[in-house]
Amino acid sequence: MAAKIHGLKPYRIAALFHARRVVRKGAKAAAKLLPRKAKGSNLIFWLVILFLFAPLFVLLIYSFNRSRSGEWTGFSFVWYQRLFLESPDLWRAFQNSVVIAFTSALMATALGTLAAVGTARYSFKFKSYVSTMSFIPMILPEIVVGVSLLVFFAGVGLRLGMLTVWIAHTTFNIPFVYLLVSARLEESDPSVVEAARDLGASELQTLFRVIIPMALPGIASAFLTAVTLSLEDFVITFFVSGPGATTLPLYIYSMIRFGVSPVVNALSAVMIAGTVLLVYPLRNFLKVFAAR
Amino acid sequence: MKRNLGPAYVAPQALWLTIFFAAPLLIIVAYSFLRKGLYGGVETSFSIQAWADIANPTLLKVTLKTLWVSLAATIIIILLALPCGYSIARSKNQALRLFLVIVPFWTNFLVRIYAWISILGNEGFVNQALRFLGLKAEGFQFLYNQGAVVFVLVYMYLPYAILPLFSTIDKFDFTLLEAARDLGSTRMQSYTKVMLPNIKGGVITAVLFTFIPIFGAYAVPLLIGGKDSYMLGNVIADQLTKTRNWPLASAISMSMTLLTAIAVFLFAFKKPKEQQAVKDIDPLSLPNGKTIGFFHRGPGQGKKKPSGKGVA
Repeated sequence: MAAKIHGLKPYRIAALFHARRVVRKGAKAAAKLLPRKAKGSNLIFWLVILFLFAPLFVLLIYSFNRSRSGEWTGFSFVWYQRLFLESPDLWRAFQNSVVIAFTSALMATALGTLAAVGTARYSFKFKSYVSTMSFIPMILPEIVVGVSLLVFFAGVGLRLGMLTVWIAHTTFNIPFVYLLVSARLEESDPSVVEAARDLGASELQTLFRVIIPMALPGIASAFLTAVTLSLEDFVITFFVSGPGATTLPLYIYSMIRFGVSPVVNALSAVMIAGTVLLVYPLRNFLKVFAAR
Repeated sequence: MKRNLGPAYVAPQALWLTIFFAAPLLIIVAYSFLRKGLYGGVETSFSIQAWADIANPTLLKVTLKTLWVSLAATIIIILLALPCGYSIARSKNQALRLFLVIVPFWTNFLVRIYAWISILGNEGFVNQALRFLGLKAEGFQFLYNQGAVVFVLVYMYLPYAILPLFSTIDKFDFTLLEAARDLGSTRMQSYTKVMLPNIKGGVITAVLFTFIPIFGAYAVPLLIGGKDSYMLGNVIADQLTKTRNWPLASAISMSMTLLTAIAVFLFAFKKPKEQQAVKDIDPLSLPNGKTIGFFHRGPGQGKKKPSGKGVA
């Protein structure tokens, strides 16, 4: 042991001494005082960030390129003009995407929240069926979900369109809502609910005035996650969408597949900017979001 | 005694998932045992033709290739994501760094694929730059091969691994690393023998979050790969929409589901070993696995609740 103690460098002893004093403030604070040794991983981190952002920047630059091809011929806003003024199909697809995202997120949030409340408060026969059912769609490859829904819709004779897309999106959103709301309910104090019941609140009053307000942060983040997932989805939508139900990802796909127009660059730039504007105000909640 | 309202609460969701998730999967199972219809669809007569077709050499080759691509991409992703997660967790400015990871993560999936097409394509950014510099006038064909598919898959799914790894590493007590170092382990040992066993859960989550979607990848091989880099997802889609062999598409989907299930059960439900590694190198550890550390925290107590309200 003695040899090891000699290995303690003075700065480390000092740091540890100080760390002991602040231990009540949490070991996290103490750890921060210790010499930081993340140099190698910091380098990798910044290289990865460069890797993640480089393509986005290239698209951003290209969106201002006057020429149709990859060659740079001068600065221009022409593709933005095309995007905003001369692309009615694209905006119809955008509108479809938004409608599907909000309605399916709403449905999934309603169903998922109720089920989460049910499984958190009671135990009953089919509980494990419900939780397994709510877990599997999340881990199954998207293509399996898409294919099975397509075969199902064909089997029951439902015409592919907005309705089938809405059903599919609600289906893949439910597990995420269930998971996020359950996690929130697990943290809240069950005795509050018991107290409300003891003081004479009806089941509905308890639900709407105690449980839901308590779980609201979880429900809100579940709803937003569902909206995001829905706006983003390509594979499942690709299989269950029909005429008149083109969503934005499907539209972008057809633009990439069949004749790229630089309007895609402008659209991509707008979407990247939109993401940044959406994520930046949320950055302090990101840790919570990332911890799911 | 209050009434048990559990079933009433879960009924709507259970019903929805039974109709729109379980039933479709069962239909797929059934279809895989039926005869293929002349113009798509199926005929109602029993046949194991689809399952026999699955074993044909071409399909087997695609399956092996899909497995290989998924494994390669997952390994590269985890090796890159581990130091990234560590670096974010140890950073003073976690929010900013997470922001930097999440922006590309939330940027539309197809936009990100398209970005690589516009960089690596035959008329793309890199070839234009080479031409501009007078290096190679005819340019390279970077895309439409296996390597490009793995590369872009790594790009697409890297954030899926960084985020869960970060959240696990963030809960890890870094003073344990110091302790291991002080007790004579090398830096590498302190990572592999102390940190890694403690963040195993996060690594498993990260592997599942990347391997499974990559295994079922459809858009990336379609848009980035050539005909020879088709993966199982593309075969399913082709059988469904072009060749119109629904039983075969169903059988492939079923085997994909089974493989996924096996992967999940192998990884997620294996009982994690006790924190053996910490005991191995810690001379102060007690027989019951508790460690006399600087703050009297055993490795088991080292796990803290995530800061912030763990809403998600």
